[in-house]
Amino acid sequence: MKSLRRLNSARHEVEVHEFGRGEPLLFLHGAGGLLGVESFLEQLGREFKVVAPHLPGYGESTGGELIEDVFDAVLFYHELMDELGIPAAHVVGHSMGGMLAAELAAFDIHRVKRLVLVSPAGFWLDRHPIPDFFAADFKELPALLFHDPGSAVAKLLMMTPDDPQALTTMYVERAKRLAMATKLLWPIPERGLKKRAYRIAAPTLLLWGESDRLIPKAYAGEFQRHIRDCRYEAIEGAAHMVMYEKPEEFCRRVLAFLKQ
Amino acid sequence: MKFHWFHLMPYRFLPDDFKQKYRSVWVDIPRSLYDPKIGHRLYNEYLDQLEFADRMGFDGICVNEHHQNAYGLMPSPNIMAGVLARRTQNANLVVLGNSIALYNPPIRVAEEFAMLDVLSGGRLVAGFPVGTSMDTTFCYGEVPATLREKYLEAHDLIIRAWTEPECFAFNGKYAKLRYVNLWPRPLQQPHPPVWVPGGGSVETWDFCADHDYQYSFLSYFGYKQAKKVADGYWEVMARKGKELNPYSLGFAQVVAVANTDQEAERDYAPHMDYFYNRCLHVYIGFVDAPGYRSANSIRAGLAGQVTKSGSWKREGLAWRDFVEQGYIVAGSPRTVVEGLRDAIKSLRCGHLMMLFQIGSMPPELVRKSTELFAREVMPHLRDLWPGHRDRWSPKRLPLEETAVAAPLDLQVTRAGNKSGPRSSAGRIGEVVK
Repeated sequence: MKSLRRLNSARHEVEVHEFGRGEPLLFLHGAGGLLGVESFLEQLGREFKVVAPHLPGYGESTGGELIEDVFDAVLFYHELMDELGIPAAHVVGHSMGGMLAAELAAFDIHRVKRLVLVSPAGFWLDRHPIPDFFAADFKELPALLFHDPGSAVAKLLMMTPDDPQALTTMYVERAKRLAMATKLLWPIPERGLKKRAYRIAAPTLLLWGESDRLIPKAYAGEFQRHIRDCRYEAIEGAAHMVMYEKPEEFCRRVLAFLKQ
Repeated sequence: MKFHWFHLMPYRFLPDDFKQKYRSVWVDIPRSLYDPKIGHRLYNEYLDQLEFADRMGFDGICVNEHHQNAYGLMPSPNIMAGVLARRTQNANLVVLGNSIALYNPPIRVAEEFAMLDVLSGGRLVAGFPVGTSMDTTFCYGEVPATLREKYLEAHDLIIRAWTEPECFAFNGKYAKLRYVNLWPRPLQQPHPPVWVPGGGSVETWDFCADHDYQYSFLSYFGYKQAKKVADGYWEVMARKGKELNPYSLGFAQVVAVANTDQEAERDYAPHMDYFYNRCLHVYIGFVDAPGYRSANSIRAGLAGQVTKSGSWKREGLAWRDFVEQGYIVAGSPRTVVEGLRDAIKSLRCGHLMMLFQIGSMPPELVRKSTELFAREVMPHLRDLWPGHRDRWSPKRLPLEETAVAAPLDLQVTRAGNKSGPRSSAGRIGEVVK
């Protein structure tokens, strides 16, 4: 179910997608945004009340100009949880959303029950530089994001329209989304999480696509070093877009962890 | 009509297979391709050319700022303008310009421009570009989404630093300064003329119109393709009820003059090819970082300075196509007079910034083209805008109040230095290999 929520402060209108009922599970999307083909959210919705908001600058969510750094983004999610009447929730975050989920869990340790970080951003290792996602040509992206760049799912997510008008619209929308992401990730996707991650109290699952080329699995070690209760699992035959590439396996792991 | 001699200072010796072997002339071009010994000769050769342009009667000599590239070797154009201030007397120093969002605090730019203005006796044009996506977001790591806001704040701070009579506090979002108190302050009052070089962002037109700044459209795709941008600019000016003064618009054009059209093709074609296929070989992923252009500018589909520069667009174009499509205005003096008259009239521009040193072009050809232009082209185009007053050129000190550098032979020379420094007039090609 899609709804538009106006936050109390009236600073943002937020496009929120909700699936199922039960304990709340907040899903924070990555830099690419929610694409409307997230079958894994429906699957998770069979056991939880899944809440997937668009970050301002994405979808129909407004007020992107008010979010300029990690602190603004964390505050935004706090306000949204208040608005939705969610005192505490499980939080699943992917890539940029993984970084924000970790920040959320570090900022208010009572607000996040269990934390799932899927190929999260947030650290930087000189030994394993993260490729420049923003400079990647559209033709190069599939190889950066997918285990099999020629797979049906890669083609679906990377589809570009032939019609020039539609192509311009797509380009404008993409620029708008990624412009928001640049405020949190440009030019190096590291904003000081290493100072704050020690505070994370929620039991944490790190999930990685085994062949992730964008954020290599070497980064899992950094998260494990900083987060007290933290386990790592990798899914084979998947890369950075693991939940799109292997939705069943992804949901199985997440559900097993959340129901412990 | 005002004519300016514009140098990019490209690296002239990229390998022949550069385009096949490397993805970009900008941002991540291998440093090993730059030989500092050649660079030493090149800087001196290029400065000689700008000084020659001064002596040939050009109204301005232009330098600009680019980073991490072989297209233009001036990370700091102010250094070049500083050198030129001492060895030129007539031409204005058109620094096009400093990418003001890159400097924190931006009063650094206010200070250096004030220094140049004082040093040159009020010959400075202060250029405030936003800067290309390659330079600002990729090389200097600026967040694209906030670049323009930072630029606008830097602009406000610099103008206040130049004009406010007393020390003041500045509480900006990006720069916070308790004491802003510029020493030296600029010679030109209230401040040097501001020109805004742009690549075709629609916001820049409004900005120029609102502040009465000159807008300089810098594209190397020629006057025929620039028509859309110039029309857009004049539309904004008309809508805002501004004076449609040609001198408020500048345009950059590649120009090459020879004795005949055939000679122009023979002499200049390889260097033009080098310029368009090596100097402008920019990886598409660096051209337009997300957020660098507004949605309006993307929709307007206007080409940026190098945004249309993917050299793939020009695949297969030959000399004749470049000339016919207006990328370059080249040929005999008569051909160039006609081409430029057409360009100037159709764009309605009062300032022409011309690139004479094109790509790999060696000094003797640059000199020939410059000289022919000054003697046989410029005089025929001087009076194209009668009745319009140029309010965007520097107001320099009167000659009798202008200090000049002492002649070299009056200065103390190092004992025993009989041979003296070598002039850079020799062929650089000789030192390669």
